[in-house]
Amino acid sequence: MSTTLTLTSEEQAMLDGEHGPAVAMCMRIIVGVARANGAEKLIEIESAHADGTLYHGEAGLDFTEKLVDLGGKVKVKTTTNVGSLDLLHPNLVHGDETLMSHGRRLMDAHIALGCEPTWSCAPYQAGHRPAFGSHVAWAESNAIAFVNSVLGARSDRYGDFLDLSAAVTGRVPFGGLHHDAARKAVLVLDFSEIDSRVFSEDAAWAALGVILGNRAGTRVAAMVGLPGDLSDGGVTEDRLKGMGATSASAGGVGLFHVVGVTPEAPTLEAIVAPNAEYLKMTTADVREARDTLSTTSSEKLDAVSLGTPHFSVDEFRALAEVIGDGPKFAENIDFYISTSRDVMARSKDLGYLDVFLTAGGRVVTDTCTYVTPVLNRDVKNVMTNSGKWAWYAPGNLGIDTVLGSLSECVASARAGKVVRDESLWS
Amino acid sequence: MVVIMAKVLTGKISHPGVAEGEVLLLTEPVSFWGGVDHHGEIIDVHHAQHKAKMTNKILVMPSGRGSSSATAVLAELIRTGDGPLAIVMLQCDTILVIGALVSAEIYDISLPIVELEQAEYDQLTDGMRVSVDARSDQEVATISF
Repeated sequence: MSTTLTLTSEEQAMLDGEHGPAVAMCMRIIVGVARANGAEKLIEIESAHADGTLYHGEAGLDFTEKLVDLGGKVKVKTTTNVGSLDLLHPNLVHGDETLMSHGRRLMDAHIALGCEPTWSCAPYQAGHRPAFGSHVAWAESNAIAFVNSVLGARSDRYGDFLDLSAAVTGRVPFGGLHHDAARKAVLVLDFSEIDSRVFSEDAAWAALGVILGNRAGTRVAAMVGLPGDLSDGGVTEDRLKGMGATSASAGGVGLFHVVGVTPEAPTLEAIVAPNAEYLKMTTADVREARDTLSTTSSEKLDAVSLGTPHFSVDEFRALAEVIGDGPKFAENIDFYISTSRDVMARSKDLGYLDVFLTAGGRVVTDTCTYVTPVLNRDVKNVMTNSGKWAWYAPGNLGIDTVLGSLSECVASARAGKVVRDESLWS
Repeated sequence: MVVIMAKVLTGKISHPGVAEGEVLLLTEPVSFWGGVDHHGEIIDVHHAQHKAKMTNKILVMPSGRGSSSATAVLAELIRTGDGPLAIVMLQCDTILVIGALVSAEIYDISLPIVELEQAEYDQLTDGMRVSVDARSDQEVATISF
């Protein structure tokens, strides 16, 4: 294999086993990726987010427990993604025996390696917010899109195994989105001709994620013509979270720029690559993208699921406002919110959590309703405001989805059937 | 019977290995996580090749897609033998390379991953039988058919 990879003497020593067998194994993986990508050197990272916490089968467990057996320890701050179990609400997940026991072993192995037990796909809501321009190794596609795009830190699209290999060695290949040049937009999506009222709907941001993912694939895109900025309630951090998550599901987006909003893109000129492709988007494009996230037009509803990626304190606040002192959710509707234990605790202190629980809702922590068996087996139609949930749940869970806004989800949960306001979309 | 391989394409070795089998050509990328089940079947309802099975095939697709957990799903498919025999892409996806590296590390099974230029890639068609040679001591990978 041709390569021009140069290692420092310390890195060579790691590879040669002088820092122990766990470091050597992780270094072989880092070096293998560096060679595949044609990287010239490795760089040091400041933090990692480990995604191998969700049980997908024995391979992940074999790898992580092998690292523990070899005496591995993480070298940098490392947060953990969702696991297969809700450790705080053990009765919520009803997986088979293998999932429950292996899922637990996998979570325990991450703790044994020295990871912090955040158990969240949104570590950036739980105090893990790397500085602008810092190099990190994050896994979990929504977290990668967020850390690059919204925080302006630099992570390539890492996955299970490489995240821990990076955390144990403190190194990643200098490649991909760690480079200035790779962060330039080669595609410009222009939304300026669309009535800005459309973007007041959560569902529009899920739809934007589908458009971004479909058009960009793994390329970096810049979005222009979106209303507002992070401070005036137009493009909120939660909307960027939801859009990025959906784009990383529909495509392989690791970095996007919203011009005038995200930190690397004060202007289009600052981040556009020469000869970038330019596409003007229409309301019809947004509506069509939105419609791909609903797989049924039935009014029948069994459950509502929010919090993919994990619900934030701001989202709990907005939800509590929508619920107010109105009626409880209908008896036939299971209403779940997935979040981190950290956000749950803070939302409880602020009083938002109790509003939701009193209305009849249930909170899932440490995991998520679309990656592990939480929903009742007879659930068929589920409403969500999350584009990512709507994208994956039909395949993962064999259910139908209806995409709606936060207020539509609450109204539907109360009515016991799907309630949607189509007036903005006509 | 002598099989005459008439054509040889060359590409970049993204992960070493050798394989021989039938091409499964995907017209769009698939995410292994959420898009492929434990038996190697494409379960992504949005995918153009929904229900196609990649087990023991030479998987040919433009790039990777979606979740970074694809690495673990690929490693698990390699472990159980339900995965593809090789992966050929236009744009190499690091996430899949990691799955192959780890499988080599913990199970000693080496799945070749090859990156091709467009002109070479366009010569691969669904169902054709190809031989992938991406041994680590070679400068380039070859795909013969």
